[in-house]
Amino acid sequence: MTLQALLQVLASGLLMGLIYALIAVGLSLIFGLMDVVNFAHGEFLMTAMYAAFGLWLLTTLDPILLAPLVTAFLFAFGALAYMGVVRHAMRVDANVGMVQIFATFGLAILIQGVAQYFFTPDYRSITGTWLGGRTVEFAGIFLPLPQIVGGLVSVAAFGGLYLLMSRTDFGKALEATREDQGAVALVGIDRNRVFTLGWGLGAALVGLAGAVMATFYYIHPQVGGPFALIAYVTVALGGFGSVFGALAAGLIVGLVEALTAMIFPPALKSIGVYSLYLAVVFIRPSGLFGRL
Amino acid sequence: MSDATLVAPAAAPVTDAFAAKRRQQLFTAGLIFAAVAALPLLVKDVYLQNVLVLTLMFAALSQSWNILGGYCGQISLGHALYFGIGAYATSVLFVTYGVSPWFGMVVGGILSAALALALGYPCFRLKGHYFSIATIVIAEIGLLLVHNWDFVGGALGIQWPFSPDSWATLQFARNKVPYFYFALGLFIVVWFVTFLIEDSRWGYWWRAVKDNPEAAESLGVEVFQSKMAAAAVSAFFTAVGGAFYAAFVAYIDPESVMTFRFSLLFALPAVLGGIGTLWGPALGAAILIPLTEVTRSYMGGSGSGLDLIIYGGLIMVVALAKPEGLLSLFRRSPQGRAQS
Repeated sequence: MTLQALLQVLASGLLMGLIYALIAVGLSLIFGLMDVVNFAHGEFLMTAMYAAFGLWLLTTLDPILLAPLVTAFLFAFGALAYMGVVRHAMRVDANVGMVQIFATFGLAILIQGVAQYFFTPDYRSITGTWLGGRTVEFAGIFLPLPQIVGGLVSVAAFGGLYLLMSRTDFGKALEATREDQGAVALVGIDRNRVFTLGWGLGAALVGLAGAVMATFYYIHPQVGGPFALIAYVTVALGGFGSVFGALAAGLIVGLVEALTAMIFPPALKSIGVYSLYLAVVFIRPSGLFGRL
Repeated sequence: MSDATLVAPAAAPVTDAFAAKRRQQLFTAGLIFAAVAALPLLVKDVYLQNVLVLTLMFAALSQSWNILGGYCGQISLGHALYFGIGAYATSVLFVTYGVSPWFGMVVGGILSAALALALGYPCFRLKGHYFSIATIVIAEIGLLLVHNWDFVGGALGIQWPFSPDSWATLQFARNKVPYFYFALGLFIVVWFVTFLIEDSRWGYWWRAVKDNPEAAESLGVEVFQSKMAAAAVSAFFTAVGGAFYAAFVAYIDPESVMTFRFSLLFALPAVLGGIGTLWGPALGAAILIPLTEVTRSYMGGSGSGLDLIIYGGLIMVVALAKPEGLLSLFRRSPQGRAQS
């Protein structure tokens, strides 16, 4: 193993890690806001990929240009999922935790069904794009262009999220609501509105990830599952609710996955990530940066 | 002396009423089991018999999950691991070494219970979602390992050889009825174990752990040991169910016994019917499994996704509309229940 090859693996791992972080951060944001784990998160990603695919079919524009549209669509989708399902799941008078898990699971299966109904179970891919199939050479390291753009988009999204959370009234309302849901009502913040927008924002972030993923990954109704599992692991590894914990954990997950794939057969590449998750939570039961 | 006379008359009617309720529960259960046992006399269609077998099997498996998830409140989403161990232990022992599935079933059960204890040691320190995600992750690791382990068939799986109909090998090529009675027997055993546990020290401990682990601990409940016991019992019966499934379908591969879908299928009936109840998992399975099978046969074949839409929509609606489970529809005094 040369140094060159190792650098290659590390660079691809980091890029993929940035994309994992972008997929996971919406999940973490929503959890931090209201202690709800969205078990349809993978299906949100899948919806975004199909939205990119559908818009591409309609407009024949390059999918990277369609990313803002897909993100906006997912914002509405997330807000609707909150108003239609999650809001009711939070109001039940028994087994609240269990109801949240299974209501969002039901939603996940329903979305899969709808995707299959409109797009069939076939594997789709977007072809002939500006980014697809190109690689960039940098000091002897070859990196696929879509992943580079994906990584940059992720960095930009985290930067934007930081500004949103620290500089805007909405960000302050978000932070206040996650600190104390009861007290915010007293200062005139509409909790329900913050939750709706929070779900919109969380879904928009995974929507952005989906729009990027659609440029280089196969699209099918079950595509969300494996990525959702990685997102849960990333979020739990970083600590539920910690936005920048999700970024750090995403990078770690990307690196560990790339290194595992280098040492073990590719089929086993996820074992490294799963083992890392178990090792971390067994030592620190609330993840690396968790506030629990 | 005076204390005893004061206390005894007050306590006795309560205990009597409780004992009478338990007797009534047993009597009702006996009637239901007898009625179900008569079903093959009415249902001659092989497809429907197949649905009945699966319904009873998932009722038993969901009741096993319910012991840990419902009574003890530890939401495992990785029980496919134990199901897979039961299926694989039985298949390897039978196909490779010619050992009877009855023995393999016990081996799988003991292996699973032992593994549940070993995994419970670190996992039960995790709370809420950290615990549930750990169970998913561990089951996925198991799936990946089996997938890449050639001794147990790897990705190809294990095909049971054709053998003549016999209870010794649990092989019945053309007849579903023996499987029906085996699955019913399994359900009755798991139901009865749950019934016994409900009124045992463990049963009370588990409910205390579920409702408020800190308070339970301060009152002297051995929280950790309680969870370990629940995990072992639950894993044992899940593995027995896996062994039965392997014998029933006579062919297993990692995808057909160890995927997340199965972990979900053990939890869902209990959630739909009513978690932590004696009949919730059975009621949930009796609705969910026929619905899944029928929608899959009539709509799933086309790949249109309508079956998933109905299935997902049902889960969502029931979870939201009846959070205590559908069993609550049958209760005479829901208010009294809610307070107790």
